[in-house]
Amino acid sequence: MSTGKTILLVDDDLDILEQLTAILTPQGYQIVTAGGREDAEEQLLMTRPDLAILDVMMEQSDAGFVLAHHVKRLYPDTPVILLTSVTAATSLSFQGVSPDMKSWMNADVIVNKPVRPEQIVAEVRRLLREAPVEKH
Amino acid sequence: MTETKTSLRVLVVDDEEGMRLGVARVIQGFTIDLPNGQGKVVFSLFHASSGEEALETIAASRPDILLLDHKMNGMSGMDVLERIGGEDSGILTIMITAYASLETAILATKRGAYDFLAKPFTPEDLRGTLRKAVKHLMLQRQARQLAEEKRRCRFEFISVLAHELKAPLAAVEGYLNLLADRTNGEELSAYDDMIRRCSLRMEGMRNLIFELLDMTRIESGLKKRTWETVDVVALARTSTETFLPQAQARRIRIDIDAPETLTMSADRGELEILLNNLISNAVKYNRDGGTVTVTLRADENHVTLAVADTGIGLSAEEQDRLFEDFARIKNDKTRNILGSGLGLSTARKLAKLYEGDITVESQPDQGSTFTAVLGRNTQPETPATDAVTN
Repeated sequence: MSTGKTILLVDDDLDILEQLTAILTPQGYQIVTAGGREDAEEQLLMTRPDLAILDVMMEQSDAGFVLAHHVKRLYPDTPVILLTSVTAATSLSFQGVSPDMKSWMNADVIVNKPVRPEQIVAEVRRLLREAPVEKH
Repeated sequence: MTETKTSLRVLVVDDEEGMRLGVARVIQGFTIDLPNGQGKVVFSLFHASSGEEALETIAASRPDILLLDHKMNGMSGMDVLERIGGEDSGILTIMITAYASLETAILATKRGAYDFLAKPFTPEDLRGTLRKAVKHLMLQRQARQLAEEKRRCRFEFISVLAHELKAPLAAVEGYLNLLADRTNGEELSAYDDMIRRCSLRMEGMRNLIFELLDMTRIESGLKKRTWETVDVVALARTSTETFLPQAQARRIRIDIDAPETLTMSADRGELEILLNNLISNAVKYNRDGGTVTVTLRADENHVTLAVADTGIGLSAEEQDRLFEDFARIKNDKTRNILGSGLGLSTARKLAKLYEGDITVESQPDQGSTFTAVLGRNTQPETPATDAVTN
């Protein structure tokens, strides 16, 4: 089963990349990964992803935000999911983020780490306007 | 370069107008040059003619320095001092006493005055007293800034630490979720890679905790330092042996280029940590089939330990932040290498305990050489805290 849709995954944690790939590939998505901001920017020049999943805190603590901005500027229609474990590190809370704040952050959805597989699949499907997965 | 000007607010409280004018004449245009290019201090002056008025003025706009006459009609200077809360007010008070009355001076000091000036005084007396007060005030401010900076550093350190400790947990948790969901089917062997990654991440976390303990022990300055004559060559051999299995697995050769023996006064444990950190890095960041060369040299007062590798190297930019806490260089070449990001910062802190330092020379894809120069005859009394407050 292939949806023909491409997802760009960016995280400096190799294991998170592996896991998200393992979760999303069976759903029929084409996965492109990058281990950092520079790497991701290169990928963005070559591919126009249908969706981007970005870790917030990489080599610089705001790398994800910068990258999200970049994605939106190049491809305004590409939905962005920001992954964060920032809540505990900066005591900023992203719970109940207002639509206003999301647009300021250039994120469509903010997902807290650790990522639950069913949660990320649901968010991806919703943003790509696909029918939710049937429970089995 | 523009010189920084610090303006200090001086409130003169005296019920004699002549005295207020006299003080104003001396202070107006008076500047004090601060040492170490910290610029100069100028004064802005305001007055109060009674204790009551002084309290109002202080409440409205807080002065830095208070020149306070003791003997006034109505509320005395001593009462004002008591009302503003003495030293706790953060206002530096100089009490002006009518004549050199020792009792008044002692009482004023007890209530938190910083200094006193006996009437009659010369302009130079006043300037001298102000100089002393300003010096004290500036030191106080510096100390406060330093404490603030330290608090901020601590907070940052703990934030990053929390992130570094959570990352492996999130990774392991993620793999467990995949296992629980049988993402790769029912066959256990299909999960071997995930299990191996879990072990690796947990090992990384354990290393981080150990290195964190090493670091805090050194930083606290509480660890008992056992001074002895240590043979650095023997120590380097032991350290090399520790990393031999890892090195051999990747066909990396470790050479030691050193005299027969080479002794220095040191705490053996500290030198061990330093050598281990450098040699383990040289193995970790090497290429397969590469070489690690440990070179030991000494002159009368210094021991030089150089650890060279033939590995991935560092860009100039990476070299700049290499010794900071958690300055793990993250790029494609390092993503499979475990590291806590504390090894080099700890090594540098240790080197500083021996009145030395660690420097790096490196070329990307050619290799790096880390050179530690240590004092050969340092004393254990060297206060550990000085070296690490940076």
